[in-house]
This record gives sequence, C-alpha cells and structure tokens, in this order.
Amino acid sequence: MSTRVAIVLFPGTNCELDVAWALEQLGASPEIVFHLETNLHGADAVVVPGGFAHGDYLRTGALARFSPVMDAVAAFAADGGPVAGICNGFQVLTEAGLLPGALQKNAGLKFLCDTVECRVESTRSALTAAAEPGAVLRLPINHFEGNYICDEATLERLRADDRIVLRYVRNPNGSLDDIAGVCNDAGNVVGMMPHPERASDAMIGSADGVVLLRSLLESAAVVSSRG
Amino acid sequence: MRYEARVDITHLPGVLDPQGATVQRSLPALGYGNVSDVRIGKTIRLVVDAPDQATARAQVDEMCHRFLANPVIEAFTIELQELAPTA
Repeated sequence: MSTRVAIVLFPGTNCELDVAWALEQLGASPEIVFHLETNLHGADAVVVPGGFAHGDYLRTGALARFSPVMDAVAAFAADGGPVAGICNGFQVLTEAGLLPGALQKNAGLKFLCDTVECRVESTRSALTAAAEPGAVLRLPINHFEGNYICDEATLERLRADDRIVLRYVRNPNGSLDDIAGVCNDAGNVVGMMPHPERASDAMIGSADGVVLLRSLLESAAVVSSRG
Repeated sequence: MRYEARVDITHLPGVLDPQGATVQRSLPALGYGNVSDVRIGKTIRLVVDAPDQATARAQVDEMCHRFLANPVIEAFTIELQELAPTA
C-alpha cells in the first residue's frame, strides 16, 4: 500500500504543495492536515514543511508549536513514527522540543536564497537512511533564520551520538559546526534547513533531494510493518 | 489588582547577536568609537490581573519559560509595576 504522509499546514505555511508533489512522484499518498486538527488520519510519516507558520511572530515556530496538531505530531514521534521538519518545519520542531537547539538569524543578516552543497554525515536518521554516507547533495536553501545553535553539552552529545545528519560544505549562515540538519536520539525525528522537495527533479535544477524523501518513505514502511 | 509587566528578552551571553554586532560596527562611523557590547533584544509589555504581585510575577515568569522566550538562546528579566485601579 502506498505510504500515507501527513503534511502539516499552519497559516503561513507555503511549501506544502511542493512537498506533496515530490512525494507523489515517489508513489506516496500525501495528505495535507490543517493545524487545528487533533489527529493525523493514520499517517505513516509526517512532514512539517517550510514557510512562515503564524507569520513567524515572536520567534519562528514559537506560535506553531502550540497549534492543536502538534500534540498529535509529538505523540506520533514518541511512538517512533518518522517526522521530518524542513526549513520553517525544522524551526517548529526545535521550538516544540522535539529536536535540540534553535535557529537564529543568519550571521550575515541576509535572507539567503541559493543552492548549496550539503554532505550526508549520518545515515541513522529517517531522512538519510537511504543516502550514501559522505555523499554531497545540491539542495536549495531559502531562509533568514537558519543559523543553528545549541549549547556546548548538546553539541558534544550530537557529535558523539552521530546525530548531525547534514553539514554544509561551505557554511552559508553561520551555523554552529556547519550543521544543516540534526535528528533526535532515536533518529526518527529529523530537521533540516535545505529543501529536499525543491531538488526533486533534474528539470528544476537538482534531483539530489529525492534520496532524502525516499529515506523518509522507507523509514515509514519499516515502522508500519513493525507496528 | 492590575500589574503592568515589562519583559526584557536578550540573547544569552555567548549567543551570536548579528543585529547588535552590525549596529556596533556602524557606531564608530558616526563618531562613537567608545561603544562596545551592543546587544539587541526585545521588550514585551503586558497587563495582568492577579490577586497580588507575587502571583502576577509567577504567572509572567511561567509565560516566559513556556512561550515568550526561548531558553536555548534567550534570557529574560521581568519588571512589575502595580497599576492604579480603573474607575
């Protein structure tokens, strides 16, 4: 059966259709779930897509984490279900406490709109399981607050536990340790600033994001066959 | 009782403050070469109805921890002032 992916839609989210299209190309059945909903309709995986949830007021992701759907996302994550936060979705997951650290303004104080190279550093996450360790992927970034930061103890733990999943080859935003993506301890919750869905077809400049989305779907299949 | 709370939110020491750094770099050009440690944060003002000041403060403190500030990157201070009762 086709993998069901819930794509969470907050007011201000703007990448949900791109994610849905990219997942459909891989044979999945995406469903957009509005933030006021309290369940995920039996999804096998969850994507929190990019945009400006709740206008990014106060801090990016600060309001979104209190949307009703986030309780369902947290429960799904606690059960081991694969959850991917992309760009603003990464910011939402850190605010929700599902991922460590925070994303602050880019060091250069500029909104960045570019395609950058990212190296796959760990394959123990739901988003990188199918990727080659060390592979360099060309992925678009579009963010103002993509500068990852955490305290030293957290950074040590991320390194020791192989939880830094993607690093920038050339750091565009000041991120600590060149971090472009991290996962939780179990590896099922992953956040990344670059947009894999915008690198889902050679026609739009790169298909390097496909392996990440395929990883998510394969991780979902593993979890649902287990459960 | 009504209390006006003023919450000052700043970056934690050691956290990069790109806005503060940029402003600091621009000040010498205006002749202020003697300025250092520029930090840019935000202020949130709110009015709380509470039976007493301690209750109001505890509530604002909780709001800060849960929502108004992100303890990973931000510190906050709270100033509370009793407001005259409205007629």
